Amino acid sequence: MSQQTCDVVVIGAGPAGIRAAVTAANESLSVTLIDEQAEAGGQIYRAVARVTRTRPADLTLLGPEYAAGGDIVSDLDASNVSVLHGHTVWQISPDGTVWCSDGAKASSVKARFVIMASGAQERPVPVPGWTLPGVMTAGAAQILLKSAAMVPDGPVALYGSGPLLLLVADQLLSAGADIRVIAETTTFKDYLSAAPYLLGALPASKYLKKGLALRRHLKAAGVPIIKAPNGVSIEGSERATGLRINGRSGQTFEAETILLHQGVVPNTQASRQLRLDHEWHAAQRYWYPTTDRFGATSLSNVFIAGDGAGIFGAEAAAAAGTLAGLGVAHAAGKLSATARDQKAGPFIAQHKKAAAIRPLLDHLFPPPAHILAPDDETIVCRCEEITAGQVRAAAKLGAPGPNQLKAFLRAGMGPCQGRMCGLSVVEIMARVHGKSPAEIGAYRIRPPLKPLSLAELAAMDDTPTSA
Amino acid sequence: MMHRRDTAGERVTINIDGKNVEAAVGESVAAAVLAASAGATRTTPVSGAPRAPYCMMGVCFECLMEIDGMPNRQACMVSVAPGMKIKRQAGARAVGDAS
Repeated sequence: MSQQTCDVVVIGAGPAGIRAAVTAANESLSVTLIDEQAEAGGQIYRAVARVTRTRPADLTLLGPEYAAGGDIVSDLDASNVSVLHGHTVWQISPDGTVWCSDGAKASSVKARFVIMASGAQERPVPVPGWTLPGVMTAGAAQILLKSAAMVPDGPVALYGSGPLLLLVADQLLSAGADIRVIAETTTFKDYLSAAPYLLGALPASKYLKKGLALRRHLKAAGVPIIKAPNGVSIEGSERATGLRINGRSGQTFEAETILLHQGVVPNTQASRQLRLDHEWHAAQRYWYPTTDRFGATSLSNVFIAGDGAGIFGAEAAAAAGTLAGLGVAHAAGKLSATARDQKAGPFIAQHKKAAAIRPLLDHLFPPPAHILAPDDETIVCRCEEITAGQVRAAAKLGAPGPNQLKAFLRAGMGPCQGRMCGLSVVEIMARVHGKSPAEIGAYRIRPPLKPLSLAELAAMDDTPTSA
Repeated sequence: MMHRRDTAGERVTINIDGKNVEAAVGESVAAAVLAASAGATRTTPVSGAPRAPYCMMGVCFECLMEIDGMPNRQACMVSVAPGMKIKRQAGARAVGDAS
């Protein structure tokens, strides 16, 4: 396939990407949506169309918020957006060329505008033993439940904090899992620091009510919810066998599946590869690309919508997607500023309402100190098997930041390209040097964003199509 | 190890390390492997440590497996297909290993 051209390429088919693509298409722009998954919906609405079609009873288990994603996916199906499912983007050029591969053959699309909606990833949770088989993220267990109707066998333990932790525990419980414990890192101090934000969160009080209902339901079912402010270690040699709670009691819970969760952070691989401006979120300890309310970035032809620009959740992401679609339509000359602002009004209000809960959540569920700067023995770079202690030692030897660290240790140079250790390395080095993460900086991300084979590259025909 | 709640639905036969197993249409290779057996899905090139899928969404690269002759595929990003041959990867590859 020779190089295709269109007005807008959207990357990612979650709520933000779908809404952005459909909105831009409705403003008479030609739109190509590229998504890595086989099915639209992103992680939040993963497999929602298939679940609705083949096992509708599971919609009860997965909840009305998940089922509502069906409408978003239907909007995409009904639109004239050209969708490339199962295509992984491996490079974005500042001129608007987006390079991808379907696993067999690379291809490229050249667009006047790029809207990136590559969403979030779960914050890596470096604790002793977290590389053992049987340990995964809470989100991973939920993806297995959504996309494959799978439930862990044997005893399950959950550790961490944040809204998803309790939600996944509750869904797994309803699906028949044997949950032995939920160990939370949230402290009394976190409640105190979150208290000033309670009033501001009232417009989004439905989230608060849902959280309290989940907690009541789990407790009523007899699931122990305990405090683990000093962290945990995972026991086992070939695979996980138990979760030990650090502290005076030193209690151990038998578990074959251990689910970790400390919130989600923006996926910045693509925005970093494009060298966009980024800022540091002090409460939630993550990087986010600088955007305006329409998702415009430091590159005039690149927009970002949804959690990839900062964590505000699925409802806010859908609104941000519409806003980015309108922003691009204006930039492309299809909408006057007045028409754009008029259409944007309700979506700005919708985003504001959904986002109102965030300052409270950001302060109630901060990543704890033992996750940001783990003990010396804990692996932080899973690919190259580099411990926190090795990162500290390299920093003390003179490595000023993450990019120099690569030469010392190869941290961030394995197959995940720093997705798993990037934030840990910044936090650890910032502490050694007595600087802020913003001063320390982040890994420089280079293409390919994901590995591709020479055969995929060789099969590419990128001669521009003649108009 | 995982089990499927849904025992209905269309099935395909895939082959994991020489053994034929049933998988459900629409699920990922990583999910199918987790349902077929417990424990490691690969050992690392650095120390030979056992690893298994961690994120299930294409971020962590722990689920790397050989799928239909191509090594280092993200098993969580590939859907099962009839007759698919999946192999666990052990440690680092030697020169000449690639098929």
